[in-house]
Amino acid sequence: MNIPHIVGASVPRKEGREKVTGAARYVDDMALPGMLHGATVRSSVARGKIKTISFGPGVDWNEFVVVTAKDIPGKNCIALILDDQPCLAAGTVNHPEEPILLLAHADRHKLRKAVEAISIEYEPLPPVHSMEESERQSTIIWGSDNILKRYLVEKGDVDSVWKEAAHIVEGEYFTGAQEQLYIENNGVIASFEPEHGVTVWGSLQCPYYVHKALMALCGLPEDMVRVVQMETGGAFGGKEEYPSMIASHAALLAIKSGKPVKIIYDRMEDMVATTKRHPSRTRHRTAISKEGKILGGEIEFTIDGGAYATLSSVVLSRGTIHAGGPYYWPSVRIRTKAMATNTPPHGAFRGFGAPQSLFALERHMDRIAQVVGISPIEVRRLNFLKTGQTTTTEQTIRENIDLDRLLDRALELSGYNVKKKRFAEENKNGPRQKGIGIAAFLHGAGFTGSGERYLNSLVGVEAAADGVVRVLVSSAEFGQGTNTVLCQIAAEALGLPYENIAIAQPDTTVVPNSGPTVASRTAMIVGKLVQSAARGIRDTLAKTGLLGDEYSPEQFRAACREYIAAHGALKSYARYESPGDVYWDDAKYRGEAYAAFAWAVYVAEVTVDLTTYSVTVDDFVALQEIGKVLNPVLAEGQITGGVAQAIGFALYEKVVWQNGRMLNNQMTNYIMPTSVDLPPIRVFFEELGNVHGAHGAKGIGELPMDGPAPAIVNAVEDATGVRFNSIPLLPEDLFEALFDESADQDVSSPVRGSA
Amino acid sequence: MNPSPEKGAKCEVSFFVNGKETNLHAHPMERLLDVLRNELGLTGAKEGCGEGECGSCSVLLDGMLVNSCLVPIAQTNGASVVTIEGLSTHDLMSPLQHAFLECGGAQCGICTPGMILATVHLLEKKPEPVLSDIREGLAGNLCRCTGYMQIFEAVAKAAQRRVAK
Repeated sequence: MNIPHIVGASVPRKEGREKVTGAARYVDDMALPGMLHGATVRSSVARGKIKTISFGPGVDWNEFVVVTAKDIPGKNCIALILDDQPCLAAGTVNHPEEPILLLAHADRHKLRKAVEAISIEYEPLPPVHSMEESERQSTIIWGSDNILKRYLVEKGDVDSVWKEAAHIVEGEYFTGAQEQLYIENNGVIASFEPEHGVTVWGSLQCPYYVHKALMALCGLPEDMVRVVQMETGGAFGGKEEYPSMIASHAALLAIKSGKPVKIIYDRMEDMVATTKRHPSRTRHRTAISKEGKILGGEIEFTIDGGAYATLSSVVLSRGTIHAGGPYYWPSVRIRTKAMATNTPPHGAFRGFGAPQSLFALERHMDRIAQVVGISPIEVRRLNFLKTGQTTTTEQTIRENIDLDRLLDRALELSGYNVKKKRFAEENKNGPRQKGIGIAAFLHGAGFTGSGERYLNSLVGVEAAADGVVRVLVSSAEFGQGTNTVLCQIAAEALGLPYENIAIAQPDTTVVPNSGPTVASRTAMIVGKLVQSAARGIRDTLAKTGLLGDEYSPEQFRAACREYIAAHGALKSYARYESPGDVYWDDAKYRGEAYAAFAWAVYVAEVTVDLTTYSVTVDDFVALQEIGKVLNPVLAEGQITGGVAQAIGFALYEKVVWQNGRMLNNQMTNYIMPTSVDLPPIRVFFEELGNVHGAHGAKGIGELPMDGPAPAIVNAVEDATGVRFNSIPLLPEDLFEALFDESADQDVSSPVRGSA
Repeated sequence: MNPSPEKGAKCEVSFFVNGKETNLHAHPMERLLDVLRNELGLTGAKEGCGEGECGSCSVLLDGMLVNSCLVPIAQTNGASVVTIEGLSTHDLMSPLQHAFLECGGAQCGICTPGMILATVHLLEKKPEPVLSDIREGLAGNLCRCTGYMQIFEAVAKAAQRRVAK
C-alpha cells in the first residue's frame, strides 16, 4: 500500500500515447463494410411552411436513400427537456438550416450533387430575429408569449433600498453568440439490425442523452439502442445536446437502408447549423451606499434561445444564479428569461450562461467604483461574500473562502498597483495606450439545485483476474482529462499503481449512467463515486479474507484471481447520494444552488493601439481556488485553454447574422486566437478543499471562461477611458468609438450614475 | 470535400510515404488528405476545416509543412511524405511526442498530429527556437483546447533535449 500519492501528481494523460502518435480513433477514422454517407437537406428560410419538395433532374434518385419525417418510427422530436424540437421539420420550419430531409449514398461526391438538386418551396411566415423583437410579442413564434423559460430570484426587500441609496448605478451589457469551434466537427456512424436495434458511434459528451433521444425517435426499448463514444476532438458543450440530432439522422438513414451510415459535417455545415453560446443582454440597477457597499439591486438577464427550447432553461438557470457573482447582496431581485427567435437553437457552451451574466456584473462593478469614486479593487473588497453570508439564492457560504486574500495575491502576481501607476504616466504620450483590469468571480460545480438528485448517477469499477481495474462510467473524455483523473482517483483508492487502472470506452452496453459530461461535475461528483466504487472492490476482497490491510499489486492480483474463480465477476457500484443538508426550492429558486463553488480573481493587461485600433492582451494572471488540484498539468491546461477561449469571446469571435443565419461560417472569417495572438497565461491555484468532491476536488472546466472577458474590457476602459459594454469588442468597434473624439463616451449603453 | 475531384481519368502516382515507396492510381485532383486517410489507412492527419486554415491535416511534403487538404495528389508524384505515423517507430514515441505527452501539449488530440509535424518542421529550421520562433512556427495550426501554453513548453523542452544530446 505504500504507493506515492497519485492524486495530485501530473501522471501522463491516460490516452495520451494514442493521441501523440496519431493512433487515437475518432469517428471519421472508422469505416464499416458497405457503409453509406449521409447528408442533410436544410431549410433556406428562417420561418415558413413547406409547400413542395422537388427532386431535380440529372440525378438518379433510385440510387439514393431518402428519409423524411414520415419515415420516423417513433416520435418526431429530439428528446431532451421539453421535446419541442423536431428531428426533421414536417410542415413548417422555424429557423434557417433546420433539417428537412436526409439522403444517403455510397459516393460522397454524388451525395453532394444530390443535395444541391433538391429544391424546396416555402410559404414564408414572418420571422423574429432579435430578443427585443421577440419580447415585443407582435409575432408569436413559440408558445403563447415567445418566452422559452423565465426565473425570478428574490432576496430581501429590494424596493425599500432605493430611498436610502447614496448612488443608484445603472448599466446595460451585451454578449454575442460564440461558436465552440472544436477542431473535430460533429460526426457519427449508425447501424441497424432488426434483431439488435440501433448502434451509434460518435463524437459526443453524453452517451445517455443520445441513448434517450434514439429510444424516443426509433420507438425502441432501452436494450435495442447502443451508443458508443469515440475519441472526441473537442466539445466545449457543443457536443452536449447536438449529437442527439446528428445521431438521430444517421439512425433513420441506417434503419431505412439497412446499411451503416456515416454523417460527418464539414466545417461550414457545422458552424452554420449547430449550437452556439446564447447571446445575452443584462440590465443592472444597483443601490449603493455612500462608501460603495451594495445595498440591493435589480438585475434583468435575457438570453436569445433560438427557435426551440432545447437547453435554454438550464443555461438561463446558471446565468441567473451567477448574476450576483462573488458579492454579498442584502437584497436583490433577479428577473431572467430566454426568448425564442428564428435562429438555430443556441446551446451548451463552457460556462453555460455564467460568462454572460458575469461579464455584465464585472463591468458593472467597475462602473459602480467610478460613480462612488473608489478604485475597482476597493469596490470589490467592500462587497465580497464572506463565510457565513448568503448568496443571492440565500445559500450560506460554509467554506472558509477569503476573497480578500485571493485578490491580494492576484494583485501581487500581476504587479497591478505598480503597473496601474506606470500606465497612467506612459499613456500621456504615444499612440499605444496601456491598461489593466480585474475580474472576481465564482463558478458552481455540478448540476444546479436538485439536478444531481434527479440525475442519480451510477458508477462502476471492475477488477479482472489479471488485477487490472477498469473504471466504468459514461463520463466522456474530450480533452479535459476525464480518463486520467478518474483513473488517478481509483488508483489512489485501491493503493495500486496508475498503470494498473484502465477506463472503459463509454458504451451504453458496458458502462452505467454516470450522468452527462457537463457542468464541471466530473471530477467532483463522478470522481467521488469512482472513489466509493473502488473502495467497494477493496472491501469485498477484504471481507472474503483474500486481502489484508496492506497489500502489494501482486497480492491484489492474486486476490482478484481467486475471487473471480470462486464468484465470477468482481464489480462494485456506487450511486449518488445527496448530502443531507442540501436544501433547494425549485419553485422559489432559493437554497443551495451548488454543492461547491470555485472562486477566482483574474487580471488582464492590455495595449490598445490607436493606429490600428487593435487590442493586444500582454499579460494574463489567472488565480483560482478549485478545492484540490488532482493533476497539476491537466488542471493548468484547463485554465490556459479556457482563458484563451474567453479571450476569443472578448476580442475576436464575432458571429455575423443575416436573417437568422450565420454568415461567416468558416475559419477564415470567424477568427479564433492563434499561437501568436495570446499573452503568457500565468496560472495559479489555491486549494481549500471541498467536502463533496473526491480528495476535495471542485469543478474546474468552465470557471476560466467566466472572468477573462470582463477583466479585458475593464483593462480596455482603463487604457482608453471609454466604456465598452458589449462583446466581442473588435477593432472596428474601437475605431468607431475612439476615432471621433466627440462620440458619446458611453458605448452601446445608457449607463448613468447619479449622486 | 474538394470540388469534383473525379473529373478526368485516374493517374498513376508514385511517391514515398513515411519512407515506404507507394504506388497508386488516383484522380489527379484528389486531395492528399483523402488518399492518406482512405487509401493508405493513415488516419493521423485530420480534416478540421478543409480550407487550409486549421492545420490539423498538416504533413511534411519533401520536408515542407503543408496542409494536405490543399494538395492535389498529382502534385506529390515523386515526393516524400511524412505523416504522424512516420514519427514513432515500432510503437516507440519520438522524444518530441514524449514531450507533448509530458507537458500537456495534447488535450483532445485532434490538432496534435498536425501540431507535432509543425514542430518537427520548426526544429529542422531552428534547432534552438526562442518563444517567438515557436509562436510563429505553430501559427498555422489551431488548437482550441490548450491555449497553446503547454504546447510551447513541450516544444521548448523537446528542443533543449535534442540539443543536449
